[in-house]
Amino acid sequence: MLTDLFPNIDPQDLLEATQETLYMTILSLLGVVIFGLLLGLLLYLTNKNGIWENKYLYLIISAFVNIFRAIPFIILILLLFPFTEILVGTIRGPNAALPALILGSAPFYARLVEIALIEVDKGVVEAAKSMGAKTRTIIFKVLLPESMPALVSGITVTSIALIGYTAMAGVIGAGGLGNHAHYYGFMRRDFDVVFLCTILIVIIVFIFQFIGDFISKKIDKR
Amino acid sequence: MISIKGLSKVFTFNNKKLTAVDNLTLDIKEGEIFGVIGYSGAGKSTFIRLLNRLEEPTQGDILIDKQEITTLSANQLRLARQDIGMIFQHFNLLWSRTVKDNIAFPLEIAGIPKAKREERVQELIDLVGLTGRENAYPSQLSGGQKQRVGIARALANNPKVLLCDEATSALDPETTNAILDLLVDINKKLGLTIILITHEMHVIRKICHQVAVMEQGKMVEQGNVLEVFSNPIAQVTKKFVAQVMGTADEGEDIKSLQEMYTDGKLIHLHFVGESTNQTLISQIAKKFPIDINILQGKITQTQAGGYGTLFVQMIGEEEEINKAVVFIRDETSAEVEVIENVN
Repeated sequence: MLTDLFPNIDPQDLLEATQETLYMTILSLLGVVIFGLLLGLLLYLTNKNGIWENKYLYLIISAFVNIFRAIPFIILILLLFPFTEILVGTIRGPNAALPALILGSAPFYARLVEIALIEVDKGVVEAAKSMGAKTRTIIFKVLLPESMPALVSGITVTSIALIGYTAMAGVIGAGGLGNHAHYYGFMRRDFDVVFLCTILIVIIVFIFQFIGDFISKKIDKR
Repeated sequence: MISIKGLSKVFTFNNKKLTAVDNLTLDIKEGEIFGVIGYSGAGKSTFIRLLNRLEEPTQGDILIDKQEITTLSANQLRLARQDIGMIFQHFNLLWSRTVKDNIAFPLEIAGIPKAKREERVQELIDLVGLTGRENAYPSQLSGGQKQRVGIARALANNPKVLLCDEATSALDPETTNAILDLLVDINKKLGLTIILITHEMHVIRKICHQVAVMEQGKMVEQGNVLEVFSNPIAQVTKKFVAQVMGTADEGEDIKSLQEMYTDGKLIHLHFVGESTNQTLISQIAKKFPIDINILQGKITQTQAGGYGTLFVQMIGEEEEINKAVVFIRDETSAEVEVIENVN
């Protein structure tokens, strides 16, 4: 019956494409979380009344974040082609998409991290200071644990945006379900392929959302 | 124990200067519960935060346990803070940690090994009366229980000084009393010096030995609690004393008492300290052939003994009444005043 509904599907190719999408999403998500946390923490700490208050550093990081958030993703990929070629050695395939995916999403996540940290009760940070905590202790034992549910839901939101980006990157040759839908579906006028790719992407998004919500709820003891 | 000299804090915003704490000088003895009272905006919260430099002083010296706090480097200050516990109005517990782990936090900061930490945490939990709630999260606790965790946390590293920043202001009266009892308890048990700030005279009355009244950044009055209660000088102090004693409308009361009780004499008794514990009224009733009618009054207990006033009506032979008055004046520590009948 499935072959009747989707006559042009090659399950092997489709599986490969799905794997590529997941590979790109998860690997870039890892990079985004690391860079985003770093940038977000720097934004929070250098901001006014922060532990490392520094107007100029804040302005520089803030400008960097804003610029990379302003560039449309599809243009960012094109802009980064030379950089990608040096870094990855090719501009095609899933690995080639990673620099653009990370650079395009990390600033977005950084803002979410900053917001999450601002939401942490100032009194708790003050209490830690009154106990003689080091800045490192305040970051790892107060700020991050106390903002964890927001950080996790930020990861969920970012990962879903990333899945969208991988599809876009796919269209210009990065592989994955976006690529598959474009070449094997749209170009050949086999719309059943486009449709099935869409369903698969939607399912992946749902799974990410479900896992994110579950973890976020589980760790929230407020 | 604590010696503060010329302490000031000036905030500057929009090129405007605001002196929150203005040239304070005071000494606090070891083992004392020292209360600072003032209305909001008086600078008391800034004052207590200056003591552990959560707020940097603009000027002045703070000597805590022979250590000059104001000149410490950032690193030395961190270590010094481990010897100064602090509790807060809104408790400031980490919601992501259980009761046990919240109390263990300052121990982690001080680098105490895990096994020792657990032992100490259990001790503290028993001390503040939270046995059985070790694994609860702050969100599962009542306000009073949260403050108990805050107190246990503040005591974890065996501090010499405990700073209380409006520690009971977010609690209901009953819970307030329980927390105050706990503070007195640890003050006695551990010989801890406690500095607390509050806007409730009730707190001062109930647990403090010494009180300072703050207004617009200055200490307008200071002394032991009974002295300040019985002889308030500054206007703001009188208002605070009236808060617990209800003496603000005494003049009115005397007038109406005079109108209502025209027999015998109206006597105003004033108790300060120990005398309240004596059985004054029954002694007089036994010694002199007069009747005593208690009309109005309030006597309250402070850390240094009772304090209060009582209006009584003495009925009988005038000579006997006079004798009784002289007896009270000469033989007891209560102050007595005969209210002359204007009629």
